[in-house]
Amino acid sequence: MKELQYQYALLKKENLEGFVNRLSGMRKVMAPVAKGYNNFAFEEVHSGKGITLNYVPTILPPKKYFMPQHETLLRYQIGKGIQVETVMDSEPMVLFGIHTCDLAGIQCLNAVFSERPKDYNYLTRKPDILIIGLECNNYCDEHASCGLVNANLPNGGYDLFFTDLGDYFIVHVNTQAGEEIVAATKSFEPSEKANLYELMELRESKRKIFKNEVPLAPRHIPELFEGAFESKVWAEVGERCLACGNCTNVCPTCYCFDIREQVSLDAKSGNRYRMWYSCQLEPFAKVAGGVNFRQTRAARQRHRYYRKFKYPVLKFSRFFCTGCGRCSRTCMADIRLKDTLNALIKEKTTKLWRDWE
Amino acid sequence: MERLGIKETKFAVKIAKILKTRRMTEHEKLFELAFEDGDGLDYEPGQFIMISVFGIGEIPISLTSAPTNRLSFEICVRAVGKVTDALHKLEAGDLVGIRGPYGKGFPIRLLEGNDLLIIAGGLGIAPLRSLINYVLVNRRDFGKVHILLGCKSPQDMLFVDELENWNQRMDVHYKCTVDKAAPDWAGNVGVITTLIPGVDLEPERTFAVVVGPPVMYKFVIRELLAKNIPERHILVSFERHMKCGLGKCGRCQMQNLYVCQDGPVFNYDDIKHLSEAL
Repeated sequence: MKELQYQYALLKKENLEGFVNRLSGMRKVMAPVAKGYNNFAFEEVHSGKGITLNYVPTILPPKKYFMPQHETLLRYQIGKGIQVETVMDSEPMVLFGIHTCDLAGIQCLNAVFSERPKDYNYLTRKPDILIIGLECNNYCDEHASCGLVNANLPNGGYDLFFTDLGDYFIVHVNTQAGEEIVAATKSFEPSEKANLYELMELRESKRKIFKNEVPLAPRHIPELFEGAFESKVWAEVGERCLACGNCTNVCPTCYCFDIREQVSLDAKSGNRYRMWYSCQLEPFAKVAGGVNFRQTRAARQRHRYYRKFKYPVLKFSRFFCTGCGRCSRTCMADIRLKDTLNALIKEKTTKLWRDWE
Repeated sequence: MERLGIKETKFAVKIAKILKTRRMTEHEKLFELAFEDGDGLDYEPGQFIMISVFGIGEIPISLTSAPTNRLSFEICVRAVGKVTDALHKLEAGDLVGIRGPYGKGFPIRLLEGNDLLIIAGGLGIAPLRSLINYVLVNRRDFGKVHILLGCKSPQDMLFVDELENWNQRMDVHYKCTVDKAAPDWAGNVGVITTLIPGVDLEPERTFAVVVGPPVMYKFVIRELLAKNIPERHILVSFERHMKCGLGKCGRCQMQNLYVCQDGPVFNYDDIKHLSEAL
């Protein structure tokens, strides 16, 4: 217990504003701020005032800082010869108030971009960004499915981690950089045994609140998808899908991109950049000659679900769904992740009964 | 914002000069390239490169030369889009950007000592020419070599002089067919599958290597299986759009596989169950 105490610090709620003020004096601080009714976004803040800590997942996940929507890769000059320079933009910052679902999302991206061949643009930027997590004591809304993917509890991937315990936050110090923040901002107090017991109690009570949101154990989900490629559910989802690409844009683990060129008017210089792209858009899987390997919306939606629950399990041994619920919240056609999973499960159990009879 | 020049990024391109071009048909043009700094390109038959036309874009193109020549490499480009159209406008002396090579090529070590049945449809001859020329240089490492070629019409035939050479050689069995031709065409007319039943082969020691348009595979593979060629002895190579070549951008994904990293050459046995493959 004694050793654990050293890993935890306390921040009284009345000191929160001062903490953020001092932190923003050290480096850029990005935190959730309210954007109209029930909408939130990560934005730069200069004081603790504008921050909303009680928020449903932001419109865009924090992946926008690790993998910007628009990222320059190369610049070139065309003259007698061609001069090419590889570039990348990076900026030290600290993200404050990252929910556990989004921490899981960042961990997924880490796995993708550190897999060989490595993506050095991502890997060079990553250490510049410090992360302060924030625990959810309860569900944010009905779209979340963090119980299913076990993302409602912290599982690393942060420098500091805040848990709201009423009058104060108990703060897990996970890295040296986190320790330096605690020391430099001078807003924290050492933790007592009693505080740790309070944290344990909260975690215990969360077990009763966060439950698997679908009637199938997570370990059976890949198996469910194994036999669901020809399922009727995809046709039904595809029928409603508008192919707008919103679900992939707001997903914390979607990382597909396009690479494009931007050229000056005199065609003497230009740059090559990558931008977010979406497998839900019709040209995504098109090849020369007009063949499209995922022509229908049903095939594209199916691909999205398989990229969350099946393919990454084979490659990275984890789901690429963090249960944040953004895809369901943003969908204009009311395609809900939980509904889709439930429909697949129902179809499978019905079939099992039929086969048995 | 801090702007860093990063050296190790995989998106860096090397400048290459076009040494020679040769118009092959109305739509296809052959380019011979070499790096400006004198480096060679270290590649295997069946691999591809990402080629940049600065100001226009970057695309994947398979290497059509055999890696037996270290000083230059060749690509055969069909003008079908923005970048390929721009490439067609380039001539000897012009500069392009190259990165790669990428992907898994034809498994030479696996093929050595066996008979080969090489089946090319249309532009599929481009990557297969790399393999064929490699095999011909190292002819004694391989058993019988059958080459079957199919194209739309005699005017669409690529590498005509080399085809003639293969036709003349005693150590290669070469056959070609066209979908349609003028009455003065003396050769075969019909789809490529019509050539397969006539090939005299020992299925257990034959590897079939098939590259062509998506529509071709199903029919060719059916014929090969009818010839009792084992599924593990059928190799295919796929074409997809690609943006990174690094297994990240997602464009070339077919189910759980990335064509750019896991392919483009696949063993039929490994991908036969994938519905997004063909």
